[in-house]
Amino acid sequence: MTEIFGLLMDGFGVALQPLNLALIVFGCAAGLFIGAMPGLGSVNGVAILLPLTYLVPPTGAIIFLAALYYGAMYGGAISSIMLGIPGASTAVATTFDGRPLAKKGLADKALTAAAVASFVGGTISVILFTLAAPPLAHVALVFGDPEEFALMMLAFATFVGLGGDDIAKTIFSICIGLVLAAVGFDTVSGEPRLVFFDITNFMDGIKFLVLAIGIYGIGEMLWTIEENRRAGGVSQLSEATVTWKRTVANIRGLLATWKTMLMGSVLGYFVGILPAAGATPGSLMAYGFAKQMSKEPDSFGKGNVEGVVAPEAANNAASTGSMLPMLTLGIPGSPTTAILLGGMVLWGLEPGPRLFTEQPEFVWGLIASLYAANVVALILNVAFIPLFIWVLKLPFTLLAPVIFVLCLVGGYAPNQSMYDVWLMLLFGVVGYLMRKLDYPLAPAVLAVVLGPLAERALRQSLLISGGEVSIFFTRAYSGPIMVVAIILLLLPLGLMLRRRLRGVQADSQ
Amino acid sequence: MTVRTAELLMALLMAAFSGYLMIKSAELPYGWIPDEGPGGGAWPFWLSAIMLICCGAMLVNWVRGTSAPSMSRERFFQPGVLRDSGSVAVALFLTIGVFEGLTLGGVPVLPALGAYVGIFLFMVFYVGILGRHSFMTTALFSIIVPVATFMFFELALKIILPKGMTEPFFLPIFKYFGLAGL
Repeated sequence: MTEIFGLLMDGFGVALQPLNLALIVFGCAAGLFIGAMPGLGSVNGVAILLPLTYLVPPTGAIIFLAALYYGAMYGGAISSIMLGIPGASTAVATTFDGRPLAKKGLADKALTAAAVASFVGGTISVILFTLAAPPLAHVALVFGDPEEFALMMLAFATFVGLGGDDIAKTIFSICIGLVLAAVGFDTVSGEPRLVFFDITNFMDGIKFLVLAIGIYGIGEMLWTIEENRRAGGVSQLSEATVTWKRTVANIRGLLATWKTMLMGSVLGYFVGILPAAGATPGSLMAYGFAKQMSKEPDSFGKGNVEGVVAPEAANNAASTGSMLPMLTLGIPGSPTTAILLGGMVLWGLEPGPRLFTEQPEFVWGLIASLYAANVVALILNVAFIPLFIWVLKLPFTLLAPVIFVLCLVGGYAPNQSMYDVWLMLLFGVVGYLMRKLDYPLAPAVLAVVLGPLAERALRQSLLISGGEVSIFFTRAYSGPIMVVAIILLLLPLGLMLRRRLRGVQADSQ
Repeated sequence: MTVRTAELLMALLMAAFSGYLMIKSAELPYGWIPDEGPGGGAWPFWLSAIMLICCGAMLVNWVRGTSAPSMSRERFFQPGVLRDSGSVAVALFLTIGVFEGLTLGGVPVLPALGAYVGIFLFMVFYVGILGRHSFMTTALFSIIVPVATFMFFELALKIILPKGMTEPFFLPIFKYFGLAGL
């Protein structure tokens, strides 16, 4: 315990260096801005702005992006409350009670509740994270290739078992991501592989960033353009009266909601750890729980402040939770952390438990920066509420082209190759069309990042065992992980059979 | 085109792509090689095979009408969507095309106007034509965005964007900032 405390203090030494502190402030502000914009969330912000991080060292880069991740979680609530349109999917549940509060003229109460709950959720989850990460990384140090592969199978299986999307499309999405990651050279034999239409550029492989910006930048923007047309610009911005006196009174009023905040934080944190779950289901679950726990469940949906507090605490806690497997196991807990993980590889780091021993400055600097980012995001959020409301008044037709330009240049920058930019446009358009047809795309992005690692782990494991698949089931750690993965994979099938069986029974009665 | 038709077309397209991936993967050995383990093509080959099976499942769902898009008779592109999203996609295509110029089958289609002219034209299209903003707003955004891009990427990050035929105009600027060697 004292060891962890000492390491954390060293981390603060890194996080509070002037450059890193400035990056936290800038990252939080950018995140709040992106989160507040309807349609765009942390994953879009991190994907689009990752190429800009070449300017600073890896520690600064991850601190900036993590701050952006946090900021976006805070910012998502702003448009949920003011416009009734979720700023990001993670803030969907916030609209349920946030919007009615705003309609009653209590927008400032909802906004303050969202900011404070985000802060509490963020802080509690970072404390849980700080305590859990070192022991987990320590256990993971003994993991070999079979365990690594089993963990990745578990990550993918959660999408199938818990994702809630069309099963065939989910598995398709995972596989296409894994195959796209295999384009280039076979690392074992050194032979070129999957060089499409014999275009030699494919020998360089398909960079995850190209796919990420394509899907989460261009594809998402095309989707947002469509959504905006569908909404027809009918949403109306609520008025918010923000004064210090009212803010202080609002914060005081929130003390009574501590139980809901605590529940949202803990629930969000644990749901966030699962790759397929994350902040959106975490916040919806927290909302449901808060309603069940409440003495006045009927007041939910009509402007109960606890309906804002629960999902907002949960989505911030989930974003921290999703960093736990990313940092300790090298397996991302969300699409945003998948992109962060890809970024770590780009910056020359090898994700996984060894980071804790080999790059303590990086790991603990990041963890300490999460504490700092929470404080900064809270201050920025409460102090500049009017500014972020102003963001919502900006016409989309002015913001969108700027984001598109950032995507184009951001896709070009890492390798300075036009081939990447063309591929990005292709992924963007195809991703947009696939999304319209309910293909889940997060598993594909996760798979592109994990693909090379998964293939290597599988091949090495099979080589060790002489081709025996039993190696995954007979080892102390990989066995149970693999069994859970298989149960999750078979879960939808089991549920379907049960439904059928019930249907047959109902018919026979 | 209805959503149901689009669902079928996408599943067929993806099935064809999966088949293509299997054929390309099979260029490398996809079986077991003694003392070496699985061949270089094994991983993508078997994954593509799973993709193909998934496409088969999607087609079965389509026939039986058990997935949401396969039941929807709504239009795939609601009125006006194609005008908005479609025109933006085409504008992006043209913008990227003029970065270094575009040649299709040996025939020059787009001139190499460079990234900055491309970005300028894209902004004029988006802000002025699609967004219908005033002349002043359009001019302001169309000039500030390329200038800011240049300052951030080229001057700060030293990442050189393609400039095509506008290259000579940039040499004095680089010289002014002491970056003649770039």
